[in-house]
Amino acid sequence: MADFVSVVEQIGAEVARASAADVDAGARFPRETFEALRAARALSAAAPAAFGGAAASVLELSRMCTALGQHCASSAMVLAMHHIQVLSIATHTAGRPELGEYLGQLAREQRLVASVTSEVGPSGDMRRSVAAVQTAGQRFTLSKQATTISYGAHADDLLITARRSPDAAPSDQVLVLAPRGTYRLVGAGAWDTLGMRGTCSPGATVQVEGEGWLILPDSFGDIATFTMVPTSHILWSSCWLGIATDAVAKAQALVRAKGRATPGVVPRAAQRLCELVRKLQSLRDEVQAIAREYDELRNARDTDRLASLSFALRINNLKLTASTLVVEIVSEALSICGIAAYKNDSPWSLGRQLRDAHSAALMISNDRIYDTNASLLLIHKGN
Amino acid sequence: MAYAEQGQVPTGTPVGDIRARIRSVLKEHSQLSVDVSSLADTADLYEAGMTSRASVSMMLALESEFEIEFPDTMLRRDVFESVEAIGAAVEQLLARH
Repeated sequence: MADFVSVVEQIGAEVARASAADVDAGARFPRETFEALRAARALSAAAPAAFGGAAASVLELSRMCTALGQHCASSAMVLAMHHIQVLSIATHTAGRPELGEYLGQLAREQRLVASVTSEVGPSGDMRRSVAAVQTAGQRFTLSKQATTISYGAHADDLLITARRSPDAAPSDQVLVLAPRGTYRLVGAGAWDTLGMRGTCSPGATVQVEGEGWLILPDSFGDIATFTMVPTSHILWSSCWLGIATDAVAKAQALVRAKGRATPGVVPRAAQRLCELVRKLQSLRDEVQAIAREYDELRNARDTDRLASLSFALRINNLKLTASTLVVEIVSEALSICGIAAYKNDSPWSLGRQLRDAHSAALMISNDRIYDTNASLLLIHKGN
Repeated sequence: MAYAEQGQVPTGTPVGDIRARIRSVLKEHSQLSVDVSSLADTADLYEAGMTSRASVSMMLALESEFEIEFPDTMLRRDVFESVEAIGAAVEQLLARH
């Protein structure tokens, strides 16, 4: 599996890096990178071995995302979101044979899965839906207005949250798998953003008509608690770690060059580099420690701990830490590199990395997470 | 809980009283989309519309109502998923006093 990480690292260095500037400039999907990832069978890395996947641990998936994120953060974020969807299906099939067959097909055909959790409406809360599944006999229909669907137009299949039925409460949600052919995307908007431009995430209305087995048997509440929320925060943070690693590598290379120009004199920038490397180290340690802890809990099926408030706080804190540190690290690297990194047409440019890094605080807004943690800390006694 | 399972406790005794007080806290704090009195003791409160945020308000209100503190090990979704589950947790904590 270490090999898998190095294969993705190689795709990053050879394919994603070469197209990253064009992907960013055109706000276009990084198709070359995904062709290479498909050829390397990286899209089934998270699927169980029984269905033809590589059964990678979350730590290994995290390393894949970090490796790719050093070259093209949009590509890394798409890969991260895809892995999150595959884990959500694979962990919650409850032995339903059709879902097992689907995972086999995903591995054979290297299908790309996108997520539709956002929704036009008052709450902006992933754990409350407006759209509802309407069941008629063995079939169902679903229509949902999403505010963003990352790489929706480039995905094979979608995973959509909705209320269980038209009379269900907003928090009584299910997760619906919509393979290509069962859904239509209508009225997709434009995607012209500051950063993460290659994720191509405009809003659209998704209309689904399919068979009942496509509604995952576990409640979305359980899927979110045990799988989707922790793996999202771990794998997103892994992408941001990739951006930060890239920025620090550039600052280090530039300071080394200065050092070589004046042997015997430690450049002033080297002092600031110490601080930067310290921050990068704590970010890397935090991401990897929580990925390891999550893998252990998942392997031990320790649902009590996974569903505990203390673990929710820990996972939320990872998101807050990583999304804040990535902006600090890229900003400081920019300041150390100076004009060389400020120029867009320079090999040292950090413009794209800085713009991409600013998306981190918005993906589930940090304000919302602070609100949640503040409320959890009223009842939680430990720290 | 043990009493209730053995069927030794008629309505109006402490166990019944605890459930009534839990229901009164739920009515105030759980923000359910249905009337609490229409729910069975075993009904899933999350399915009835209780959000994570509302569940924290309810936990705080229960701590105040019964003068107890839920230890962190009890702060799990399943402990608060129904009147019956909450009742079991509250009785366990009251019995420690």
